[in-house]
Amino acid sequence: MSDAPLLELRQVSKRYVMGDNILDALKDVNLKIAHNEYVAFIGPSGSGKSTLMNIVGCLDRPTGGEYILNGTPVAQLDDNALAHIRNREIGFIFQNFNLLGRANALHNVMQPLIYRGIALGERRRLASQALQNVGLGERLHHLPNQLSGGQRQRVAIARALVGKPSILLADEPTGNLDSSTSKDVMAMFDTLYRDGHTIIVVTHDPNIAEHCQRVIHIMDGRIVSDKLNGKRREARAGV
Amino acid sequence: MYNLAESLRSALQAIRAHKLRSFLTTLGIIIAVAAVIAVVSLIQGFSHSVTNTFANLGSNVLTISSNETDEDFFSGKIVKVTPADLQAIQHEVTGISHISPRLILARFGSGAVLSGSQTAYAGIYGITSRYEGNASFYPVMGRLISPSDDLGHRRVVVIGQTLITDLNLPKDAVGEYLQMYGQWFKVVGVLKKLGNIGGQDQDDRVYIPYGTAHSLLGAATVPDIEIQVTVNNPGQVPAVTGRITQVLRRMHHIKPGQEDDFVVQTPEQTLGTFNQVLNAITLIFGGIVGISLLVGGIGIMNIMLVSVTERTQEIGILKSLGARRRDILLQFLIEAVILSLLGGVLGLILGFGVGSLIAHAIPEFLGAYVPWWAVLLAFGFAATVGVVFGIAPAAKAAALDPIEALRHEA
Ligand SMILES: Nc1ncnc2c1ncn2[C@@H]1O[C@H](COP(=O)(O)OP(=O)(O)O)[C@@H](O)[C@H]1O
Ligand SMILES: [Mg+2]
Repeated sequence: MSDAPLLELRQVSKRYVMGDNILDALKDVNLKIAHNEYVAFIGPSGSGKSTLMNIVGCLDRPTGGEYILNGTPVAQLDDNALAHIRNREIGFIFQNFNLLGRANALHNVMQPLIYRGIALGERRRLASQALQNVGLGERLHHLPNQLSGGQRQRVAIARALVGKPSILLADEPTGNLDSSTSKDVMAMFDTLYRDGHTIIVVTHDPNIAEHCQRVIHIMDGRIVSDKLNGKRREARAGV
Repeated sequence: MYNLAESLRSALQAIRAHKLRSFLTTLGIIIAVAAVIAVVSLIQGFSHSVTNTFANLGSNVLTISSNETDEDFFSGKIVKVTPADLQAIQHEVTGISHISPRLILARFGSGAVLSGSQTAYAGIYGITSRYEGNASFYPVMGRLISPSDDLGHRRVVVIGQTLITDLNLPKDAVGEYLQMYGQWFKVVGVLKKLGNIGGQDQDDRVYIPYGTAHSLLGAATVPDIEIQVTVNNPGQVPAVTGRITQVLRRMHHIKPGQEDDFVVQTPEQTLGTFNQVLNAITLIFGGIVGISLLVGGIGIMNIMLVSVTERTQEIGILKSLGARRRDILLQFLIEAVILSLLGGVLGLILGFGVGSLIAHAIPEFLGAYVPWWAVLLAFGFAATVGVVFGIAPAAKAAALDPIEALRHEA
């Protein structure tokens, strides 16, 4: 792995002001993540995991501190530049899949490539390849509501991966799935990690965090622990 | 715009997902465009049919008639085109295949024609056997005025078919007698029916021999006539017109710098004036109805705003995938424009249908006709309405915060 971190947060905070109420969703978060790490953000509901992930994914901006992604300070960038980063560097996977309801699996996966100006034929080729890779080669023309939860999440994974992003961000990716499909999805993440992807998984479930190589505990908007997962490390070292 | 096609596709998809709502959204535009097209198609259809009628006259037929200038009016000078003018043109102007006078005793429905206890009011004209009128000027019964009718100042008349109904004449009216100017005239021919042009009955006319008409005026009176001239070659029309003008100016002693007291008109010129009037009417009507497009546009804006709210989460997803403001803006704008254009197409079809129906019901309109510029105008308007009223909802969509949009509950 290269020495320079893929991303670095310095004293990052996020404050919501609602009338007289002030809510600090993140407080002085410092964090470095390198290429090909497999990280879990774990903590109780409302602790600030999603907020942190959204900042990392350039969907949201911190109200304080610095965020450096691939050597670029992100805070100064305008909306278009952030959109550009989301399109090139980030692949999102959400708890509720967030598929485009009117578009079939293929078109859902093709969508991010539109914003890269990739021609239709090539988009189609890349998207069907990505769907094939997640085992949905036979479901290209199904609408989201014609797919099971597990299949929908696999479409979302294909869509996140199709643009070859630097980081895969998954916010409670198994939250809406039954336990056996959850296992399938996590197995898929494990494989992606082994293939060299950088993955951050947000979860409140220790069993999910168990899959990751590094587990970061978040409580009340602060990082309270940041540990390497012994079992994983050994498993990895053994490979 | 590399993703224009893609925006188009997703806009169509969004429209298809809500077919009924999309239709209702565009209803305002549909009605507005339909109204514009119906009005324009009727007026233009009317103009089209008049144009065709005039075309029968031939573009190489000139009509010369007197035309009182303001100066003549104030000086009290009596302005006429006379048989002497006709003689002069006949002798001095070359390139003419045909020349004949028409003496107007009574214009349009101003001459009384009697039969028994019935009275009809018609145009009464004196013509020679050489008079050609238009291509449809021929008898369906009997004959036209003959040279001997003219020379002998015979009291014979060729009538238009309106006279038959107005005077309760038998269908074959040849041989009947009519009274005009206290004299009896024998009907020798019935003309082919021309119908209505612009609400103007073309069949309430009677034609008597030129000589007869002149004697009715009083042989000593110099009549004011119309002269019909057929030019050999349509390309020669301007040259012949020029020479006729020269001759008549000399005959009428018009000094250089003074205006002509006559006009030499081709059917096309007459038509030109007519069409100018019609086009003005079309514009005014089109403009008035065009205002209703604004109402249609507000309908589109309304529904697009609803649509943006409904699709907030979708916008959030697109932003999470890297859509920039302008991608979202373009998508919603295209959607609004497509909706408007769809309204335009449906309105066009509906408007033409309504126009055709009206044209069928009211024979005066003689068919609907949609000129290409009206189609372009309708689409231009519809597209403009789409852009103008689509921009606010699209800008609203583009400006949404990605996180808030994603959190939005559908
Ligand atoms: N837009 C917002 N306005 C106000 N408070 C917010 C907003 N987004 C999140 N929060 C608050 O920030 C805290 C952290 O939320 P979140 O990051 O979603 O938690 P988690 O993902 O760990 O459950 C919560 O208390 C939540 O209510
Ligand atoms: Mg969360």
